[in-house]
Amino acid sequence: MDNTPSQKGLKISTSGVNLMSSMEEITSNCSTEPSNPMADYEKPGYKLCSYVDKFIKTDAGFIPVIKPELGKDDLFSSFYVRCGINRYKYTVAPGLYAIGEPDKNCEVLVTANFKLTFDHLRKELTNINAWILVLDTKGINVWCAAGKGTFSTRELVKRIKDTSIEKVVDHKRVIVPQLGATGISARDVKKQSGFRVIYGPIRANDIPAFLKNNKKAHKKMRRVTFDLYERFILTPVEVQIVLKPALITALILFVISGFGPGIFSFSMAWERGIVSFWALAAGIFSGAFVTPVLLPFIPSREFALKGIITGSIFAILVMIIMSSAISGLAEFLAIFLFSVTISSFLAMNFTGTTPFTSPSGVEKEMKRYIPVQLVCLVISSGLWIYSAF
Amino acid sequence: MEDLRYLDDVSTLVLDEEKCIGCSLCTEVCPQAVFEMRQNKAHIVDFNACMECGACVNNCPSQAISVSPGVG
Repeated sequence: MDNTPSQKGLKISTSGVNLMSSMEEITSNCSTEPSNPMADYEKPGYKLCSYVDKFIKTDAGFIPVIKPELGKDDLFSSFYVRCGINRYKYTVAPGLYAIGEPDKNCEVLVTANFKLTFDHLRKELTNINAWILVLDTKGINVWCAAGKGTFSTRELVKRIKDTSIEKVVDHKRVIVPQLGATGISARDVKKQSGFRVIYGPIRANDIPAFLKNNKKAHKKMRRVTFDLYERFILTPVEVQIVLKPALITALILFVISGFGPGIFSFSMAWERGIVSFWALAAGIFSGAFVTPVLLPFIPSREFALKGIITGSIFAILVMIIMSSAISGLAEFLAIFLFSVTISSFLAMNFTGTTPFTSPSGVEKEMKRYIPVQLVCLVISSGLWIYSAF
Repeated sequence: MEDLRYLDDVSTLVLDEEKCIGCSLCTEVCPQAVFEMRQNKAHIVDFNACMECGACVNNCPSQAISVSPGVG
């Protein structure tokens, strides 16, 4: 295989290269000796992605070969994305990639174009030769994209055709992650593209064993898990998405806290506002962090009730810590109800993130708890204002 | 998911065993091990684990399975 495409006939696949946002980044180099082996692939206005190792020539053009190792920048950006920063723009170009030294008999692994997903897959493929077909899921992971309809039969068939895979491999099969099945109909893919869908394991780290085992998945590979780490790693985003509404809520709290005998008092707004702010913070911490992390250890199957249980503990803690600033039963009750309601609502919100809640169940829970949460919120606000007089 | 279970008796999953042709694809795609093959027919063995993801419905070649959650 010719690994060095000639400069003139260079036909760089659009996958693996990003358009540069600015031409200024190209610096002129007076040295005639090429300082890096990747110089062969340079093209004005384009920048090579750091995960591309080289290109290989196939009957369907040059295909980028990606590295199985994650670089420092991959790890840094994974961290940012886990914190919810720019997570919808964290993508790789859809199309065909290679890993290792694949030939015409190697398997085609299908995945999503969320970079976190892409990285997660490639880091498990050390010493494996395969083709990787990245679908355009708009930067969403396989399962969510399958549910939303971007990881779909249509998109898979389109990519199979667009990338001319039939020229790259001699067989007619693609391995689709099992969780993609929500958006894929194996039968329709076969009908429309001629390619047979084999459902691979749920987790990328089972792929080597799956391939070794003649593409048969053990029962364990077919079941989703949601262990402590898997729950914990999702919580920064849970907290991040409530930051903005929380800030608005906090402002409203400070205003409400100022109402009193003298109509409005700034000193009261500040003193009482601080107390209600901590009630809010405790509710968020309990509902968006503690409840998700400790999920199976908290009694009840209803998330809203789990949130009430955890929230009660944190509300009581806030009341104990702030006891000198809180006076009277009405005030205590207002703080307690408010904090617990926030926790309950956010815990219920977490149903959308877990891999085991059914939409019908969530609907049932929401119909039951949203009215309760609203009533609690109204009572708590009423008590808070009343207690100022 | 043995240690994490959601609400019972809410799923809208329906399997018409008459229509099942025994391909076992539902047992392959279901992430919650809801189905099991018995005498070449799919059976629901863990109804309450169903999260209505629709993977089985999409892949059943004989339209033997349905789920119909609301807007979710």
